Order: sequence, then structure tokens, then C-alpha cells
Amino acid sequence: MSDSTDNPPDAMISARGLRKSFTDKGGTTVEAVKGIDIDVRRGEAFGFLGPNGAGKSSTMRMIAAVSPVTGGELRILGMNPAEHGPAIRSRLGVCPQEDTLDNELNVFDNLYIYGRYFGIPKREVRERAEELLEFVQLTEKRDAKVEGLSGGMKRRLTIARSLLNRPDILLLDEPTTGLDPQARHVLWDRLFRLKQQGVTLVITTHYMDEAEQLCDRLVVMDRGLIAAEGSPLDLIREHSTREVAELRFPVGDHEATAEKIADLGDRLEVLPDRLLVYAANGEHVVEQVHQRGLRPIATLVRRSTLEDVFLRLTGRTLVD
Amino acid sequence: MATVEMTRDDRRLTPWQGVVRQYDYWAVVYLRTWKSSIITSFASPLLYVLAMGVLLGGFVHVSPSRLEGAPSYLAFIVPGLVAAQAMQTAMFETTYPVMGALKWHKSFYAQLASPLEARDLANAMLAFTVFRVGSTAAVYFLVMAPFGVFASWWGPVLAFVATVLTGMAFATWTFAFSAHIRSEASFGLIFRLGLIPMFLFSGSFFPIGNLGPVLEAVAKVTPLWHGVNLTRMLCLDNVDGTTALVNLAVLLAVLLVGWWVAIRTLERRVAQ
Repeated sequence: MSDSTDNPPDAMISARGLRKSFTDKGGTTVEAVKGIDIDVRRGEAFGFLGPNGAGKSSTMRMIAAVSPVTGGELRILGMNPAEHGPAIRSRLGVCPQEDTLDNELNVFDNLYIYGRYFGIPKREVRERAEELLEFVQLTEKRDAKVEGLSGGMKRRLTIARSLLNRPDILLLDEPTTGLDPQARHVLWDRLFRLKQQGVTLVITTHYMDEAEQLCDRLVVMDRGLIAAEGSPLDLIREHSTREVAELRFPVGDHEATAEKIADLGDRLEVLPDRLLVYAANGEHVVEQVHQRGLRPIATLVRRSTLEDVFLRLTGRTLVD
Repeated sequence: MATVEMTRDDRRLTPWQGVVRQYDYWAVVYLRTWKSSIITSFASPLLYVLAMGVLLGGFVHVSPSRLEGAPSYLAFIVPGLVAAQAMQTAMFETTYPVMGALKWHKSFYAQLASPLEARDLANAMLAFTVFRVGSTAAVYFLVMAPFGVFASWWGPVLAFVATVLTGMAFATWTFAFSAHIRSEASFGLIFRLGLIPMFLFSGSFFPIGNLGPVLEAVAKVTPLWHGVNLTRMLCLDNVDGTTALVNLAVLLAVLLVGWWVAIRTLERRVAQ
């Protein structure tokens, strides 16, 4: 049990005022995480959404019990990573952003060797490795060298590897970055199944669709701080309107046009290439724009997404 | 996976467990690379023996007193070559492999997601280096035994231990260096300024008395000289007790301090 009283008893991960700073190559101190509070509950899929450099990966590395905490308090499975790193790591699965597979070994050996690091008996590792290959749909590639696998297959193999020790928590750092849409969907499907089996998932992503698809609850991170917290739907409801009208005008006209239609929605954002008008009814906005004699080159009415929430909270887009 | 015991777990792996859990990994690495290491580990050292010990040595006709008690130049050079070879093998095993594990294939980072710690990673790689240094030295001694260059049977056995110590004294410090630097370009520095001058001037090929008093003093500071000297005294059954103890103490001290520095350096590197 945790020795800290203000951490909820059921929290798989709990952080209070968590901070991380380090000295970069130039000798300046970088504050990557500036004091965040998190509680991840058993069995949920928890997300860190934010642009590159928001502090997500630094947070993940602290949760993975590899990177020492600079300040604040962190408990993983009730334990302090500074004292119980090996014990915590024996119950975590880690799927890092960059693949750390051994390219010269075959698929099966990558799993076998990794399982041995956890002290799992040889026979048991072999059995689990075969099962997991089945699970990530790589049984046919069992004897292939990792070097020749596609990006999606490598990522699935990394996930299989992270499951060898039957972890209580699975950490996934940008799991689908660099994958094509089809590979992403295969991966998401596998993650859904894990969640159904009761594995707690912690995911970082800068893709809002991924966060919406996978996460029960998430925090929006920006510049080392948490900007908002909640379920994807709640966040959208709270920080955005139901619909968004996207209007594209000739380059250079956006600022001037914005003034003429600012009253049509609850809010209006001017992006370099388009205007976003936030309103309950997007079609209605588009109609009125035309009634005012304005002729956008293109229009699109869509539902609000986490991207809009992020824009609202930080004034910036997630993917530049 | 459904039930989670929220219990404290204070268990840390013992150093022994930490290394044993990586046995399969290193076994696979060795099975993958042993063929390509045959030439550098086993064949080329023996070519040195042939070229320098037998052929060049054929021109060397001096009294044993000028060869530190060796009856022939071949008998003089073999212990020196084994010790120097141990240093080389040890340094090769702890330069690019360390850099690769941190920078290229990142296997250290993969391993650190398990209960293993930086300490365990360093220990396992150094244990593998002991095996590599030990196996090359053992082949050397076994191949040379029939040629009458050893004065006793137990001399080479103890000399074998001395060469492994010599190699590991270099392995630990080289490991620390490799875990510290960011670019493999820095390896040129230790090969050119460390390995090659030591290889040539630490008493492997000629008695360091020929260097003149100043350079002789310099040579006596290098760990390789202590290794070469100890190995040679044992092989020739010409052991001076005090010198042997000094040699042994220096090698052990360099090894143990280097071991500590290697672990600390890796710990700091991976915590970033």
C-alpha cells in the first residue's frame, strides 16, 4: 500500500506536483514537466495528449521507472520508483516511441531473450512468446529477421514483447506515429482487446483521433503542464461547440474576412490556411456566410474534436 | 491480469541474477558473431607469433639475461603478445558494443524496461568480455604449449589468470569511456593515443630497459606493462615475489576502480 495518504487507494499511477528538469547539451536547464497531478485508475485507458515537446515522453519515462523524478511525488502500483524501480518494472509493459528491437535477431528470439530478462522460466517464455505472436498476428513471421518487417509489424512485435511479463500497466509512447492508416487500425484493435482483458493502458499521442479512439480519460499537456483533464467527450463539450465550420478563402483574405463573420459563431479561430467558426450548427454558419456575399473557396462542416479543444486551450495546433 | 496486489516489493535483483538473466542474450550474440571473430581473435595473434617470434626472433641471438631470463626471443615475446592481445580484445569488446547498445540498436534501453538495472547491463557486458578475453588467451596458451616456450605447467595457468586481469583492467575503463562519449569518432582517440603506443612500448616486444630511464619509467606506469611483466614472469618461471605482488595489486586496483566508474557512468548516462 502507498505510504502517502492523499493518493487514492485504487490508483495504479498517482502523481502530485510531478516535475522533471534536465540539463541539455548546451548546458541550459530544461523544465520538461513543471508540476502535474495524475491519477490513473485500474483498467482504464489513460491518455497524454499534446504536441511534441509538451512533456509527455518525459512523464512516461518517469512512470516507466527509468528516469529519476526531479520533484513532487510519484507512486506506481503503490510504490516509489526511486526505491522500488526493479519491482515496478517487473509489472510494467513498455512500448517505447523508438523501436528497440534487435534487428539482427528473428522475431521469436527477440521475444525469448526479452522474457528472460524478467526471470521467466525458459519453457514458460517460449509458450508465452508463441501465444503473443498469435495475438499480434505475427505467427507467420516467427522466424523472419526483424530487419525486414514493416513499421506496423515492428510496432506489433514491440507490443508483444511488452506483454511477455503479463504487465498490470502497459505504457505506450506514441504507438502509431509513423504508421500508415491500415497499420494503425490493426494496432488499435489489438489495444482494445487488451483493455477488455483488464490491462490498464497509458498512452501518449499527438494524434487527436487516436486519443478519441483509445482513451477513456486523458489530460491535455502543453509546455510541461496539464491544460485540461477529462473524457474526450467531456473535454469537447466543455471547451468547444458541437460543430465547426471550416472556411477557406484566398490567401491573405483570412484576417479581413474574419472580422466580417466574427458574430456568426461562439468563437472564431484564424489559422494560416483557413478560418474555423465554432457553432452549434455549422451548416447554418455556412449559409449565412454566403448570404453576406462572401465566397469561400472551400467549406467543410464537421464535429468538434480534441484538436479544437487543444486549439482553444493553447492557441496552437497539435501537429504543425 | 485482473487482480493486482498493491503490495510493496523491495526485492532488487542480486548482481548474480542480473547477469544470469542476460545469459541467453549474450549467447545469441556470440552465436551470431563468433565466425567473424575467429580471424581477429585466434588467427591473427598466431600470425604475430609466427612473424615476430619465430621469423624475426631468428635474428635475435642474445643471452637470456638481456631477455628478462627468456631462453629465446620466442619465449620472451609470447607472454607479451598474449597480454597485449588481451588488452586489444577487451577494448574492442567495450567500445563499439557499448556505443551500439546506447545509440544505434539501443538494446540497453530495451533491457532497462525490465527489472534489470544499469549495474546489471554493465556487469553482463563485462562478463562477456571476460569470456572473450579468456577464450582467446586460452587458445594462445594451448597452441604455444608444445613449442617449449613455457618453463612449467603451472606458470601458464597462473599467467592465464594474469592476462584476463590485464584485459579486464582495460575493459572497465574503456566501458566507462564509451558510456560517456556521444560520438564514435572519439574512439580514434583511445585507439591512437592509448592502445597503439601501449601495445608497442609496454614491454611486449622488447625489454623496456632499452627505452632509456625516462621512457622506462613511463612504461612502468602503464597497466599493460604490469600485465606483460606478470604474465612473462609466470611463463618463464622467473618470479620476483615483490614485483609480482605490485603487478597484481596495480592490475586489481585499476580493474576495480574502473568497474565502479563504468557502472556510475552508465547509470548517469541512461538516467538522462
